[in-house]
Amino acid sequence: MLKLPIYLDNNATTPLDPRVLEAMMPYLTDVFGNAASRNHPFGWAAEEGVDYARTQISQLINCDPKEIIFTSGATEGDNLGIKGVFEMYSQRGNHIITATTEHKAVLDTCKHIEKLGGKVTYLPVNEQGLISLDELEAAMTPQTILVTIMYGNNETGTVQPIREIAAIAHKHGALFMTDGTQAVGKIPVDVLADGIDLMAFTAHKMYGPKGVGALYVRRKNPRVKVTAQMDGGGHERGMRSGTLNVPGIVGFGKACELARLEMAADAERLSKLRDQLEAELLTLEESYVNGSREYRLPHVTNISFKYVEGEGLMMGVKDLAVSSGSACTSASLEPSYVLKALGLSDDLAHSSLRFGLSRFTTDEQIAYAINHVKEAVTKLREMSPLWEMHKEGVDLSTIEWAEH
Amino acid sequence: MAYSDKVIDHYSNPRNVGTLDKSKKTVGTGLVGAPECGDVMRLQIEVDETTNTITDAKFKTFGCGSAIASSSLATEWLKGKTVDEALAIDNMEIVEELALPPVKIHCSVLAEDAIKMAINDYRVKNGLPALELEKSHH
Repeated sequence: MLKLPIYLDNNATTPLDPRVLEAMMPYLTDVFGNAASRNHPFGWAAEEGVDYARTQISQLINCDPKEIIFTSGATEGDNLGIKGVFEMYSQRGNHIITATTEHKAVLDTCKHIEKLGGKVTYLPVNEQGLISLDELEAAMTPQTILVTIMYGNNETGTVQPIREIAAIAHKHGALFMTDGTQAVGKIPVDVLADGIDLMAFTAHKMYGPKGVGALYVRRKNPRVKVTAQMDGGGHERGMRSGTLNVPGIVGFGKACELARLEMAADAERLSKLRDQLEAELLTLEESYVNGSREYRLPHVTNISFKYVEGEGLMMGVKDLAVSSGSACTSASLEPSYVLKALGLSDDLAHSSLRFGLSRFTTDEQIAYAINHVKEAVTKLREMSPLWEMHKEGVDLSTIEWAEH
Repeated sequence: MAYSDKVIDHYSNPRNVGTLDKSKKTVGTGLVGAPECGDVMRLQIEVDETTNTITDAKFKTFGCGSAIASSSLATEWLKGKTVDEALAIDNMEIVEELALPPVKIHCSVLAEDAIKMAINDYRVKNGLPALELEKSHH
């Protein structure tokens, strides 16, 4: 029997894999020591758990274990990477390049940098959600110290040309950072081959626990340093003070090991399931996939259903836990800035749904989701005056709306 | 956001969804809202000229559950009322009946506006002057 509602919001967070919980359990009970306690076995045992996790994580992204700096999550990793580079390299320049479709953790950090006197270029994206390499090249200046472009987008799943971007940054003497939150554990991310100098990522998007993440900071060719944003006991090679979240880190490590072993099979199964969901929903007239269908994560799709209002749609798909491109929490509707950056109109951005699949998503769940969404969209369209006008051939842009 | 049972009921089983023939002299149509604001409501009434009574009411709404419920409820209330009684419907009555939260009051305002616009459309079609509508709640 299918359990409702069905969780399809795995870009927001994923459930904990039971195997991850199992690995964490001893560290929540018997092995409670502080990993920084060097004088007794309690500390040693905790440190051993952390060291093992560091190795598991480094194997997933192909780096040295020493290059992993533990944080509270990807938001902190983004903050530490961007602010830390800005402070550390202020003698060399003050210019940072990013993109308009980045996560708020990057965009708001960049706004903070601007308040501190830094200069930030926000690259636009095309209708596929991809930045232009020519525009990136043209934006590079001798003052550019950092290019930070996310690996895979959280709303659309669009994957940027990371290697090419890294090469352009390096050619101009800048560091390359990426927010790998959605990509790590879902597609192969190899910091060496990709040319990544810094990368923020987090455990809870890959079946690990919440509240733990990491910033990868390259140690060789070039040796990258970031100024600590958290002062204290000098943990994590002085870059991030604070007692380590040992059970969280152990879970993060296990999640990375599972991802390394199972990612390829998961991606193959989920992309087929995602494609099936997408193909079925696209049989509805006037429905559109947002973002690139060529360069994207395997487990996500974002679809707009024209002439259906987003919040009404969310209410209609009450058996599914999904995200909408509409933030209708207040009277003033705020359509997704990511979808708007792709060139979507407000109404099309409002009427979008994001489906994020996970390792635990089943064929039955997707079959149910297909029918459920189809029914809701069809019902709402029968109720929609805009759909009726569209069907009668009325051009909605010619109507003078009695706006409020 | 949690919706009231009445909103959920109207959303799940909307009353009087449909279209009346807007070319008919006895039919008044009100279309309010705008697609980019996330709400468009179309409300239609059919009036018996001899008794000045609303014999039928239909709606179609593009919007959230509260907007759909507000217009569905409005059509229920309109049927059987005289035009003058219909003019007296206040948006706050809709708010109370559906237990709309403050952020959804605009949905009830839209419904009231749609009723008045439909009545005015009917009046103008039948050679009566359009009524001056209060805009105080905007």
